[in-house]
Amino acid sequence: MSGEEKVVLHGMWASPYAKRVEIALKLKGIPYEYVEEDLLNGKSEALLKHNPVHQKVPVLVHNGKPVIESCIILEYIDETWKSSGHALFPQEDTYRRARVRFWADFIQRQLLEKFIVTITAVGEAREEAIKELRKNMELLEEGLRVNFFPEGIPQYHFDDQKNVRFLDITMCAFFGLHKAQSEFVRTTEIIDLQRTPLVFSWVESLKEVPVVKEVLPPHDEVVNLLRGFRQNAVGSSPQV
Amino acid sequence: MEEVKLLGWWMSPFSRRVELALKLKGVGYEYIEQDLANKSQLLLEYNPVHKKVPVLVHNGKTMAESLVILEYIDETWPNNPILPRNPYEKAMARFWAQFIEEKCNGGLWKIMWCKDEEERGRLVEEASHCFRTLEGELKGNKFFGGDEIGMVDIAANFIGYWLGVVQEVSGMELVTRDKFPVLCKWMDEFVEHSVVKETLPPRDKLHAEFEARLGAPSWKY
Repeated sequence: MSGEEKVVLHGMWASPYAKRVEIALKLKGIPYEYVEEDLLNGKSEALLKHNPVHQKVPVLVHNGKPVIESCIILEYIDETWKSSGHALFPQEDTYRRARVRFWADFIQRQLLEKFIVTITAVGEAREEAIKELRKNMELLEEGLRVNFFPEGIPQYHFDDQKNVRFLDITMCAFFGLHKAQSEFVRTTEIIDLQRTPLVFSWVESLKEVPVVKEVLPPHDEVVNLLRGFRQNAVGSSPQV
Repeated sequence: MEEVKLLGWWMSPFSRRVELALKLKGVGYEYIEQDLANKSQLLLEYNPVHKKVPVLVHNGKTMAESLVILEYIDETWPNNPILPRNPYEKAMARFWAQFIEEKCNGGLWKIMWCKDEEERGRLVEEASHCFRTLEGELKGNKFFGGDEIGMVDIAANFIGYWLGVVQEVSGMELVTRDKFPVLCKWMDEFVEHSVVKETLPPRDKLHAEFEARLGAPSWKY
């Protein structure tokens, strides 16, 4: 890697999307400058310039050129820094790549976005989202078992951080905080040990990976943040 | 020996995207039309998660989600690439494909099924903004992919063809020639493309289906 590389990541402490990129950059040992964006009170000029379309984080600026959308950034990182750290995507096997991308899309649209609805919606819409989230977590359980861990996850598997790759990052950057998130879904754990043991052990072991531990925000701060969102949604008590 | 099958539905822009990519690359495939009102055992077996089309089966390996399938096709049959090879340009193409999917198509979908006039007005304004942004990406080129169609053009197939029919049926005037001259020019080029032509569902059949599905004339505005 030439000494002229300049990598800037615009992120925000609670954004799981920004966290995905941070984890990827750290795993691959890519030096970068981090810019914390205050999304509510004043986005930086650089952010608005680099992401005029969405004005959101994360934005990865590589030698002045912006890349946006966390999963797209991860693909970009893997393709650009081929000899840094380990590969985040399957390399030769295009079918495996397709499966990884499929499940990343599933995690995004059927899990992460459904969870957000459980926080921002009320009444029946919320109940529906909770049901779907539970059902989809079970689909992930099956998908994980069939496609990636047919024999379960070996003990100490993620002690070798080369085993932390795209799908793992996509999942743990958000659901690594499932315990904090579960405080807002009332009667159920988002990732239930009994119903989805493989997903549970997957996320719990990923949380312990040093790079992930370093990057994920503290439980209490996430609880406070979610409480704030929930209060906005219901206008009063968070106990809804 | 290559064995490629595609489970699709004649009306679905998603399954037509896959057909387009396969045809652009000259990949032979067996097409299996699905009845989505009466899902086949095959579909349920091949796509148990979403139970939707398209599903591509390549030498027994199944995959779903049209944009994921497009990337697979491009990586597996690298001739006539639909994505740039340069990582930065590829990232840009992926971004625009996603933008089209979430903001443009997503916006249109909400408008089509919205019954409340005020809400629909708001959605149309939001969608207009997205189409304006998208139009800006053409940058004087014939296609989003440059001189030839690429992943972004393929992702925009609903806009390129289906939208015209939806607008005709509903009376919606979101993307018109005076408001979006550049985008409409792209639409003209898109539907005239020799390979794209082969993948477009018959207009009268599409019109009839949308009329039936979008419902009462009172929806017009």
